[in-house]
Amino acid sequence: MSFLADTLRWFLDPAHWQGSDGIPTRLEEHVVMSLAATAAAAALALPIGLTLGHFGRGGALAINVSNVGRALPSFAILVIAVQLVGIGPTPAFLALVALAIPPMVTNAFVGMRDVEADLRDAARGLGMRGLRVLTRVELPNALPVVMAGVRTAGTQVVATATLAALVGWGGLGRFIIDGLSQRDFVKVFAGALLVAALSAAAEVVLAGLQRAATPAGLRSAGARRSRAARRAPGLEPT
Amino acid sequence: MVRLDASDPWIRWDWVGSHTDRILAALGQHVELTVIAVGAGLAVAAPVGVIAWRYRGSRGPVLAVAGALYTIPSLALFALLVPWTGLTEVTAEIGLVSYTLLIIVRNIVVGLDGVPAEVRDAAAGMGYRPLRQLLQVDLPLALPVIVAGVRIATVTTIGLVTVTALIGEGGLGQLLLDGLQRDFRTPLVVGSVLSVALAIACDVLLGLGQRLLTPWRTA
Repeated sequence: MSFLADTLRWFLDPAHWQGSDGIPTRLEEHVVMSLAATAAAAALALPIGLTLGHFGRGGALAINVSNVGRALPSFAILVIAVQLVGIGPTPAFLALVALAIPPMVTNAFVGMRDVEADLRDAARGLGMRGLRVLTRVELPNALPVVMAGVRTAGTQVVATATLAALVGWGGLGRFIIDGLSQRDFVKVFAGALLVAALSAAAEVVLAGLQRAATPAGLRSAGARRSRAARRAPGLEPT
Repeated sequence: MVRLDASDPWIRWDWVGSHTDRILAALGQHVELTVIAVGAGLAVAAPVGVIAWRYRGSRGPVLAVAGALYTIPSLALFALLVPWTGLTEVTAEIGLVSYTLLIIVRNIVVGLDGVPAEVRDAAAGMGYRPLRQLLQVDLPLALPVIVAGVRIATVTTIGLVTVTALIGEGGLGQLLLDGLQRDFRTPLVVGSVLSVALAIACDVLLGLGQRLLTPWRTA
């Protein structure tokens, strides 16, 4: 029990709440880095996935990119990024972007491809032209699956940002990495609690975003949505 | 530590040649950690998955617990265990097994759900008792989906094993860590390439295994 008491004491120590190695600073670094990487990856991945899905082309590519992404360990991506651009925030950012792209491409593709043909026909029958069909019918219908991809990618980014402490960057992973090298297991444990709490919070926020992105008309169609959700690639630990 | 030496090639074959033993040992440990993790994961997930399928009320809670374990970043999960089980293989395996659970349990439930009701009725009508029906009818028909889950779990585990280098295990992850710490590209490239190759090889082998186990499926 004294270990848990030590952990509590670690959290109560005001020194751990201030300065460049304080919890608030590390938390902010972690959140800002995760947001920046997820946003950059979305800006790159979503247009590609949506376009491929809209035209129903490049399915093998869009799906396999996820499988390859799964086989390539995020730890390996990080250390290779260091060799390419040196140590610090840049390799961390690049590695996180690289990691977040595959699930977003795959889900954007699957979401767009699986918009029912009947819906497109009905929209055209109502007199909608190409661009309006795209923005008013295809995108809203694809959105839940697309957002599932953003959620998977975002969760993965927050998790892997922990590892980025290894390549000379900050974030909450610092406490774990530094604690391990100092054999200070209280620090390791406290850092792990912080990381787990942040991941849980990120998961809740992203799940909320996914729900909010689901058009009202689709929310009642529970069966249809769960079918789509099952098809969408699941979360991956990192 | 920052040294972007253009003269350091991506791979130095002489290093590979003189460190074959070490590379093979790392690969061996990687395989061992993966096999134990997926094997133990399957052993735990099989009864849990069957129960979650059979008793619908348990499905939500089971998947919620497995899902919660799944969201904890691997490094944090290992770090949460270190104070209790130390920098050991046990710590690595507990973490790795935890991550396989959600994938395998979910696929067992989905696979069993997919067994056609007519087939189950026919089996019951032929006098199959519940356990015999489960073993001889339901599970074989669910096998493709279950194996698909085992494949994903295996590939994912192979990637996660590299992270256990930080708690003193790691298999090929040790080569990655070594390359990072010494700023030396060769071990890092060898570790990455072998890890990806191992993941692909296991995926292909499990795919072939599934075909052998379900000869009635032509596709």
